[in-house]
Amino acid sequence: MRADASGSVESASDADADQARRALAAVWRIESARIVATLTRFTDDVGQAEDLAQEAMLEALRQWTEEGVPNNAGAWLTTVAKRRAIDGWRRRERLDERYAAMARDLEQQGGEASRDFFDPDTIDDDVLRLVFVACHPVLSREAQIALTLRIVGGLSSEEIARAFLVPVATVQQRIVRAKKTLAAANVPFAVPEPQDYAERLGSVLSVLYLIFNEGYLPASGEEWVRPDVSAEALRLARMVANLMPREPEAWSLVALMEFHASRFAARVARDGTPIPLDEQDRSCWDRAQIERGRIALARADRIGRGRASYGLQAAIAECHAVAPTAADTDWGRIVVLYEALGRVAPSPVVELNRAVAVAMATGPASALRLVDELERSGRLAGYPGLRAVRGELLARLGRTQEARGELETAARLTGNTRERAALLAKAAALRPTAG
Amino acid sequence: MKYMLIMRANEQGIEAYQEMDLNEVIAAMGRYNESLIKAGVLLAGEGLADATEGFVVDFDSTPPVVTDGPYAEAKELFNGFWIIQVSSKEEAAEWAKRCPLGPGARLEVRRVTELEDFPQDNEWIRKEAEWRDEAEAGRLARPAE
Repeated sequence: MRADASGSVESASDADADQARRALAAVWRIESARIVATLTRFTDDVGQAEDLAQEAMLEALRQWTEEGVPNNAGAWLTTVAKRRAIDGWRRRERLDERYAAMARDLEQQGGEASRDFFDPDTIDDDVLRLVFVACHPVLSREAQIALTLRIVGGLSSEEIARAFLVPVATVQQRIVRAKKTLAAANVPFAVPEPQDYAERLGSVLSVLYLIFNEGYLPASGEEWVRPDVSAEALRLARMVANLMPREPEAWSLVALMEFHASRFAARVARDGTPIPLDEQDRSCWDRAQIERGRIALARADRIGRGRASYGLQAAIAECHAVAPTAADTDWGRIVVLYEALGRVAPSPVVELNRAVAVAMATGPASALRLVDELERSGRLAGYPGLRAVRGELLARLGRTQEARGELETAARLTGNTRERAALLAKAAALRPTAG
Repeated sequence: MKYMLIMRANEQGIEAYQEMDLNEVIAAMGRYNESLIKAGVLLAGEGLADATEGFVVDFDSTPPVVTDGPYAEAKELFNGFWIIQVSSKEEAAEWAKRCPLGPGARLEVRRVTELEDFPQDNEWIRKEAEWRDEAEAGRLARPAE
């Protein structure tokens, strides 16, 4: 929700309108999930619910500009949206007993929104249903992300576009298409059946983690970090974990995000160069945030169902977070955690990370054997990280000539200019060994 | 961005509080805190014990002077705080307005500073940049995150 560039001199009413817009954006942030969830229960159609909510927002903008923000703004928006739904049904002459009952309900509430406007017994369940619908597998990843940010997170299309560095029209299109897809597939407003639950939960958590990483490891753009995007993902992860307090992976994801986000201030040099973990100034890490991460991870562990992928990743991040220096890190424990992670979620990148941990725990020789094995498997062919790690290990073993070759290969493979320069500098700095 | 909601009460507010049903007060605050937690915005928060249990350390003289009890010149007592993480000043205001407080009470809402708020030419900030430059000229090993 942004002010239109309507002129150079802002009149009093422009200022009022701007204030109303900002207040509305704040209310939408806080209430969108509950509003859309309530409307979806009412209409049985998340797309229609979102449309109605948008119409109510336009109405709010008109009224709030003149009359100020009402006391219970979330309830106000929901009531207006419900009235619009009923008007729509009446126009289409579809007023049957069900709609009549809804209309009576609404009249009883009389628009006099009370503090408990959202039914406290069902609202959390409804919001959880909404989260699952927004991340439904019939939708593409982009659509899941856009819809989650819009209806669960309460971001405007403009804000989503800014977060993902895409045009506003693209976001709008994704949301329109997502709503159509959900309607066409008759996706029920429900939490998944037990046999689908684990997979659907995985989809929700990975959508949140993708949003987080868009801020933490931006795929594009000038900035290396965009903390606001990650902060929103973290907020949503906390929200989702509270909606499903018995799911260890939800709390683990919160923990993982807290640990990563605690390093934001230390991750980038003033000239924009990313700083690797072992070179970061740990005094810049956010200790309170690390503590929140530890509390979330302990909460996941207390559920007593062991650690899965996010739990293990969070545990690795915790080892780094509590270590006073890179050298004083419990690398032995990290090796074990990577082994467990490799079993739960096998991936060549996890193997490579394990090799780096092994190098720190027991020295470069055993790590090199792992990397060589990985190389022979061909699974990381063309990946500069493999070459860079191998080059570093060879350098530490005194095999300078080979090390230089690997570092130069890594420099050729990387798409990042800053990283290329660093690799070439490192290769050039290696002193030739005698004989 | 982070905001601190600082709860203050004047004499009227404290008297009113003492007449209230403690269970109701706790329940109302509990509901409010729960709404902050469920929305994922609450980072920290504490309530403070009676000011008569506290003391004041005054730095007007050296060494500082310690006086028992509440700060004598204060018309309002500081009795609790929340730190929330939100996307805008307006969102902080919306949350603050929902706090279950009555006449005589007020919330002062202040943005919490971030690293970027500090002068970049400060000696310690400069030192930090130097350490980073040295570190970058150093090793390559990048422990996996």
